[in-house]
Amino acid sequence: MPLFHARVQVTLRPSVLDPAGEATRAAAARLGVQGVQRLRIGKSVEVALEAPDLAAAEAQLGLLSDRLLANPVIEDWTLELAEAE
Amino acid sequence: MTIGIVVFPGSNCDRDVRWALEGCLGQPTRFLWHEERDLTGLEAIVIPGGFSYGDYLRCGAIARFAPVLEEVSAFAGRGGPVLGICNGFQVLTEMGLLPGALTRNRSLHFLCESTRLQVEPGACQWLHHYTSGEQISLPIAHGEGRYQVDPEELQRLEERGQVVLRYVANPNGSLGDVAGLSNQRGNVLGLMPHPERACDPTTGGIDGRRLLEMACS
Repeated sequence: MPLFHARVQVTLRPSVLDPAGEATRAAAARLGVQGVQRLRIGKSVEVALEAPDLAAAEAQLGLLSDRLLANPVIEDWTLELAEAE
Repeated sequence: MTIGIVVFPGSNCDRDVRWALEGCLGQPTRFLWHEERDLTGLEAIVIPGGFSYGDYLRCGAIARFAPVLEEVSAFAGRGGPVLGICNGFQVLTEMGLLPGALTRNRSLHFLCESTRLQVEPGACQWLHHYTSGEQISLPIAHGEGRYQVDPEELQRLEERGQVVLRYVANPNGSLGDVAGLSNQRGNVLGLMPHPERACDPTTGGIDGRRLLEMACS
């Protein structure tokens, strides 16, 4: 069965306050890095998945992302997916 | 009549809930390990506070898949009384028994203090012994208690009277000052404050007592 490598990026929805991101943005200024207008913290999840084909892998990862890795009430997710070399 | 108390790896208020129910109210309880499925003979279920599964991924996200919660979900669907306290509230939202999500406190601080709450019992059977507009004091102890939901849903919750507990002085940035939510039917209550820590006058008040008494009636 082919192996697929995926990276799921989970980010807070734009409407949701990110206090940790705001605190980090404030620290960036104290470090001397000026001009940071926006800093949002999310999660990156790496997955190696066996599936019959790309479409099946995408379907499984969609389910995984929607139902477990992200909470759609507060988070969005995006998927990068490729068959392993 | 026995009350079930769900225990996950990482629960830490399970014994407090047992002490409040048995020690203060004389009510028998049974611990439900997360892998159990047998709810026979239980009149109500409490999902206690703590850090189920280490709060990995998101608070309550892994707990949601515990076998015991499939049964708790069915129990709630049959109208059985279910109470989620703190992490238990987070679990109820992840399960979809209550809408919305609990997120990081606005201040980023873990808050451990007494809070004033305004009670609007509505149809919530857990709050049957409180009067509308009554103010009570219960302790909070959480890092992720900021209630989040989209504005239209919050509006609907308000209209249906499901926002049953509200902070008088919002400590964590919760939308709508939400401290506790009921489902529409009134048998499921999730709240961030800890009623089980307010059942004995020697440990700071008894305002939580009437809430837990509902599990016994």
